[in-house]
Amino acid sequence: MSRKTKAGEFKAYKKRSFAQEVWRNYKKSPSAMLGLILIVLIIIVAITAQIVYDYNTDIVQQNIKQRFLSPGTPGHLLGTDNYGRDVLTRILYGAKYSLAVGLVAVAISCLLGSTLGLIAGYYGGVVENIILRFCEVFMGIPSVLLGVAIMSAFGQSLAVLMLAVGLVYVPMFARTARAAVLPVREEEYIEAARVSGVSDFKIIFQHVLPNALSPIIVQVTMGVANGILSASFLSFLGLGVPVPAPEWGAMLSSGREYIRDYGYLTTYPGIAIMITVLAFNLMGDGLRDALDPKLKQ
Amino acid sequence: MNEPVKNDAPVLNIENLNVKFVTEDGVVRAVNGLDLQVGKGKALGLVGETGAGKTTTALSILRLVPDPPGVVDCEKLELNGKDIMGMSTHELEQIRGKEVSMIFQDPMTALNPVFTVGDQIAESIHLHENVSMVEAQKKAVEMLELVGIPGDRAGEYPHQFSGGMKQRVVISIALACHPQLLIADEPTTALDVTIQAQVLDLMKELRTKYDTSLIMITHDLGIVAEICDEVAVMYAGNVVEKGTLEDVFNHTLHPYTEGLFNSLPNINDRKAMLKPIPGLMPDPTDLPEGCPFYPRCQYADEACKKPQQKKYVSDTHYIRCCAYDREGFHIERKEKT
Amino acid sequence: MAENILEVKNLKKYFKTRSGMLHAVDDISFTLEKGKTLGLVGESGCGKSTTGRTILRLIEPTDGQIVFEGKDICKLNKSQLRHMHKDMQLIFQDPYSSLDPRKTVSQIISEPIIANKLLKNKDEVEARVAELMELVGLAPRLFNTYPHELDGGRRQRIGIARALAMEPKFIVCDEPVSALDVSIQAQILNLLKELQEKLGLSYIFITHDLAVVNHFADDIAVMYLGKIVEKAPAEELFINPLHPYTKALLSAIPIPEIGAKKDRIPIKGEITSPVNMPDECRFCKRCTYANEKCSPLPELKEVSPGHFVACSRLDEI
Repeated sequence: MSRKTKAGEFKAYKKRSFAQEVWRNYKKSPSAMLGLILIVLIIIVAITAQIVYDYNTDIVQQNIKQRFLSPGTPGHLLGTDNYGRDVLTRILYGAKYSLAVGLVAVAISCLLGSTLGLIAGYYGGVVENIILRFCEVFMGIPSVLLGVAIMSAFGQSLAVLMLAVGLVYVPMFARTARAAVLPVREEEYIEAARVSGVSDFKIIFQHVLPNALSPIIVQVTMGVANGILSASFLSFLGLGVPVPAPEWGAMLSSGREYIRDYGYLTTYPGIAIMITVLAFNLMGDGLRDALDPKLKQ
Repeated sequence: MNEPVKNDAPVLNIENLNVKFVTEDGVVRAVNGLDLQVGKGKALGLVGETGAGKTTTALSILRLVPDPPGVVDCEKLELNGKDIMGMSTHELEQIRGKEVSMIFQDPMTALNPVFTVGDQIAESIHLHENVSMVEAQKKAVEMLELVGIPGDRAGEYPHQFSGGMKQRVVISIALACHPQLLIADEPTTALDVTIQAQVLDLMKELRTKYDTSLIMITHDLGIVAEICDEVAVMYAGNVVEKGTLEDVFNHTLHPYTEGLFNSLPNINDRKAMLKPIPGLMPDPTDLPEGCPFYPRCQYADEACKKPQQKKYVSDTHYIRCCAYDREGFHIERKEKT
Repeated sequence: MAENILEVKNLKKYFKTRSGMLHAVDDISFTLEKGKTLGLVGESGCGKSTTGRTILRLIEPTDGQIVFEGKDICKLNKSQLRHMHKDMQLIFQDPYSSLDPRKTVSQIISEPIIANKLLKNKDEVEARVAELMELVGLAPRLFNTYPHELDGGRRQRIGIARALAMEPKFIVCDEPVSALDVSIQAQILNLLKELQEKLGLSYIFITHDLAVVNHFADDIAVMYLGKIVEKAPAEELFINPLHPYTKALLSAIPIPEIGAKKDRIPIKGEITSPVNMPDECRFCKRCTYANEKCSPLPELKEVSPGHFVACSRLDEI
């Protein structure tokens, strides 16, 4: 027996719940904690911005006199845009679109994808084959093209954007979930549950899912980051949240015309997207290490 | 060898070995003040249950305890009179495989799947014997035949061999440079009983042939009886009883050794009730002050809560048990003659 | 004549593999008396675990009959089978992989009770779990602990309590002590024996450890490559083994005594995979006595009351 497993056995005597164990491992990584802190800050900003600012007066009302004020102008820390609207205010307010799209889209893809993956992994055989081939076909279509197709088919709105981004990532979740289920399916406690007379439905959701959760959780955080990027990208193409809503991708898009003279119009929303995506990626990496300590060694 | 080693000088001499692992959950005291000597050409059985510190002791001899979290502290650790504790990494690499080799429990993971078995044996010879690779290859084929594998299989990969055959290959690698000391860590636990018998016979044969000293780490007293001259019984990081095979098997003294024997089903008397040792191994992060076995020992009294000293009952046989300080104390197991 | 709780007739389980049909369990028959233990012994790959799982229909048999208390369970549909599992349970080898790491001890033990709606009231379930824990010697303070906090012996006790939760009559024990240290192994063996006497259980005890099976079983069947090669009462088998494989197996056990008799019977080579078997004795490739008589495949024949052997050259060796 190797020493590593022995140390693991010694550790096992200590009492700690799964969540506590994960949190203890998570805390150890500074970059993961940075990600978590950033995400909390972004959420706080998104909420307070809804309370402090009024959509009609602060966010979308045009003020021709104040066009293109440069960053640092008193009252306009990040300057104003081509309609004289304060960039900082719009970016802070826009956090809610990115977060909402990211989270709802991931919720859609996670629910659909994980269920498919669980079923494929647990039952195997023909069912698995059908689901996997479906995923492969789906993944063969470029995700942007797919998003564009859905947006054009169902019209432009926040809800459709969420749905479009969500559907794009379904196969990824299905494959992650299936891969996570495969080793769990072979565990003897699954067999034990079957002899105990537990129904398949309960086995899948009470035994298989909780033990296959780690990679799915990681995929969720990473998925939020991807979702935000995709949403911004679709908005940038003019297919996302309709103007004049201050979605970051849309702000990038409208600032593009002025990129030579007023580069800050594209820089700041870009930085906002970058920070948010980075935060979720950092958290995803940290969670992966914390959920699976073996990976680190 | 430059100078002949005196016959009575031990090949391996360990005095007061302590190994601990510093983890977040506390300090795991894996080995606590262990002394061990292995004479030239002798086979020592290191017996104990999971967590007794057998493997850690073996890894300490090769200086392979990972640091961190392992902290090895030893008064004396000598192989053939050479101090191992003071050696540089380079010197250690010279010694490992050449003067002391180790066989691990799992033959499946001990071999590299992308090299042929011939190359893996030859590599060890090439590294230590100062011969060309071609010559080493030749020797590798000889080694394979020695362990009962046709030489023409040298060009095959590990996955083409069965478990027992793989363990034979591992043995041939370990013995390729004729080490003075071979440490075998549960070499047959992963094998079926008929294959185990084949491998044990092979080890016995090769050991006599090369006059290699052997440390056989095992939990199986049957294997010890078959292959060893001396036995050291380990419990919670220390040797609780050591003696010749006859001392320990026929004149058992320590209550833990007795417990081990009583736990085994008797093949000749199938109706005999098993008498297991009650309770569990102590938590190595929180060992009891005195004798580590006293919480499970049916003979324990107050004196057992104090640190135990080595107590020699004969030149070869010692125990760490203060119960024998009592007038007329004896365990229930009967002596055999 | 004592009542048989289980009769297995001509059980076969074949697996399709790339290299051909794998005869994991190849036409084996045996009976188990009520309250007795049948030991199923053999080396890895001989099909003993597959047999155990096929009897419970965790693996669907290819062919044959499994008659449990007069009913052929191969004919049951899914819900009838679930009902039948109340009487037929399984104890696993690996106390680590057989317990869901995300469930507490009480959740694990209560699962079969809840799944089969044996008790509805939550307090009743808890009382039953406490009763089961006491029965297998688990301290009540472990009620809400997780398996990873416990050692192998306690984990195996949890597995036993779970198997007992539905008050089965028959349990397949698949190497229940192989993963445990000797001192713990003896504790678990004693517990299983005690439970058998107390609850009148019948066991099929699967193991590779002959010393353990000799101590534990009433009858022993020795398997080799999917076939039973010898079957006899335990005393008889150990005193008077007849099949060359049984002899070799017995002589290979290391005995913890100095100078124990060591007339070891050699056995050539290693176990092969039972794919596309020719019509000859499964053991003849490794057998020192093999000759042309070993083909065709010998049948299991009764040589003395209760003692069955499948060897064509029995009279000569």
